[in-house]
Amino acid sequence: MSELRELSPSRLAWLRFRRHRLAILAACFLVVLYTLAAFCEFISPYTPEQRNVRAINAPPMDIRFVDAQGQFHFRPFVYDLKLTINPDTWMREYEEDSSTPYPLRFFAKGVPYELWGLVPAERHLFSVDPRGPGYIHWFGTDSLGRDMFSRVLYGARVSLSIGIVGVGLTLFLGILLGGFAGYLGGIVDSVVQRITEVLQSIPTLPLWMALSAALPTAWSPITTYFGVTLILSLFGWTTLARQVRGRFLAMREEDFVVAARLLGANDSRVIFRHMLPSFSSHIITTATLAVPAMMLGETALSFLGIGLRAPVVSWGVLLQQAQNYQVIVMTPWLLLPGAFIVVTVIAFNLLGDGLRDAADPYSSLSEK
Amino acid sequence: MRKYVIRRLLGMIPTLAIISIIVFVVIQLPEGDIVTSTLDQLSATGVDLSDDRIQNLRAQYNLDQPLPVQYLAWIGNFITGDMGFSYLYAQPVNELVWERLGYTLLITTCALLFTWVLALPIGIYSAVRQYSVADYAFTTIGLIGLATPNFLVALILMYFGYTWFGLSFGGLFSPEYLNVPWSWGRFRDMLAHLWIPVVVIGTSGMAITMRLMRANLLDELKKPYVITARAKGVPPLKLLLKYPVRIAINPFISTIGLLLPALISGEAIVGVVLNLPTTGPLLVQSLITQDMYLAGSLIMMLSVLTVVGMLLSDLLLAWVDPRIRYERA
Repeated sequence: MSELRELSPSRLAWLRFRRHRLAILAACFLVVLYTLAAFCEFISPYTPEQRNVRAINAPPMDIRFVDAQGQFHFRPFVYDLKLTINPDTWMREYEEDSSTPYPLRFFAKGVPYELWGLVPAERHLFSVDPRGPGYIHWFGTDSLGRDMFSRVLYGARVSLSIGIVGVGLTLFLGILLGGFAGYLGGIVDSVVQRITEVLQSIPTLPLWMALSAALPTAWSPITTYFGVTLILSLFGWTTLARQVRGRFLAMREEDFVVAARLLGANDSRVIFRHMLPSFSSHIITTATLAVPAMMLGETALSFLGIGLRAPVVSWGVLLQQAQNYQVIVMTPWLLLPGAFIVVTVIAFNLLGDGLRDAADPYSSLSEK
Repeated sequence: MRKYVIRRLLGMIPTLAIISIIVFVVIQLPEGDIVTSTLDQLSATGVDLSDDRIQNLRAQYNLDQPLPVQYLAWIGNFITGDMGFSYLYAQPVNELVWERLGYTLLITTCALLFTWVLALPIGIYSAVRQYSVADYAFTTIGLIGLATPNFLVALILMYFGYTWFGLSFGGLFSPEYLNVPWSWGRFRDMLAHLWIPVVVIGTSGMAITMRLMRANLLDELKKPYVITARAKGVPPLKLLLKYPVRIAINPFISTIGLLLPALISGEAIVGVVLNLPTTGPLLVQSLITQDMYLAGSLIMMLSVLTVVGMLLSDLLLAWVDPRIRYERA
């Protein structure tokens, strides 16, 4: 060793995090997913409410490069779907018609939309010429002929953001209450502790259900959205509050906190300047691991029809269409939003695991 | 020990009291009450009640009293076993909930046992053969199980059950056993249906319990007494089961408290998907139609179930682990 290299704590954390290949992968995946959700109007070929009456309950279409004659095309295309009614079951059955290919157009003008509800635009990442008879439904369509791919993307915006907004609220409540309990101690502590215990011993889903069923149906979609988010975080803060309290209790006696207090720092300065930063990494980790719970909660409520409601599109709302096995067996692609939920939740869990190791200053770099 | 049990039993009372207040507030939240909705329905059919009659109706349901009095009346009746009247089913809530609660209890208990029976050996195996292929495989399956909502597992199971085996799941009984008195055949029929919800609900808790067992056992295996025993030539299996597993299992029991609310929550939604005769579908129904006596009683009963379950797990823990102090520290 020629000279001692000095590494900042954040640099060390980054080095530790980088060792977790899966966590890195999960982080990349989430970045892509959130970007897709942020620009869903542009990326999806249709609007979520647009109906295609010629393709009702249509299966996912294959995007092809090689045609039926084995010819390679540089521009991808889809084949037309031919609809037949099965004479025995009276079900719609779709068959690919390889005689009429519809080439995909990129950045072409399509259905007009407003990006983030503000910027009017009409270009889509990919589409099939809307003036012709062709259409593209990469993930198939639902029973009203609405494009599932577009709906999954629009749903991603709601489902993904509800996790973040909900965790934001949870963090606020958890840190506030846990912090007060741990720092002030005494009666405040026992009251908060008591509430935490009670809330943790109630089965959350029934109570969530009751609360969100109490939301007035007359509320606008955006108000309902925040209502549901608030309900989810109202019971989610307990775990975090317990952790924050524990940390505060332990840290209150630490030398640097005592020193700060002796130097005349007031309570809020001690808390926000000295105590919070020393476990902020821990909080970030807990927050990451709390996002999936929020998302799953929203999904469960919306699935039951008492969370977010119809004009709003979320993954849970989308899954509501697939409630009985007749639907699932006939149109299994309606379960696709479920796949997105599972993968997203796994990604958040992996990321959280990676962050936990990175945030722990005692986990050594050389191990493994 | 007896003192400890009594203290824990008494400790349940304030918890349940707070829960009941929360539940009461929640069921009061929606606008309108049973009388206004009755009036709405009556005036829709062209019947208009006089103000006197309305006042009588309100008095009959204690609605003319201030909220705390209403609460005391509600909880007082609840404790004495009168849970009010279900508006939706036009039946006393009492007659509706008990059978369903029984099935909920049955399914949840079986799910808990299922979780344990599977998670325990898997956890032990994963700890003993750390970083083996099977360890990674179990961890992956656990991770997926943790990430998949219960109802999605049910939906996927329904899909494969139908497309592969031509089975249509749902319900707890075959049609021919639906409304007949209990018999051996009916019991067997129920068992044939029971495993589906049990597996579906059990998977969610599996990952947590498995990882917990693995982590606990790994900690124990590193301790000197294990090395000593091994050096002295204790047979590996006997050593494993007799000492480290016994110690590692303690936190396992204490997590029943965490697992139980999750299982009961899971049952509520899986019951809807699989169309089970449990409390879940009834709760959703009552909430959507704002049948608040029914909803309140159901949530209250489920909470009682959870709190009692947690108490049992604490008592079990105290019985298993001699290190637990019964006296207040």
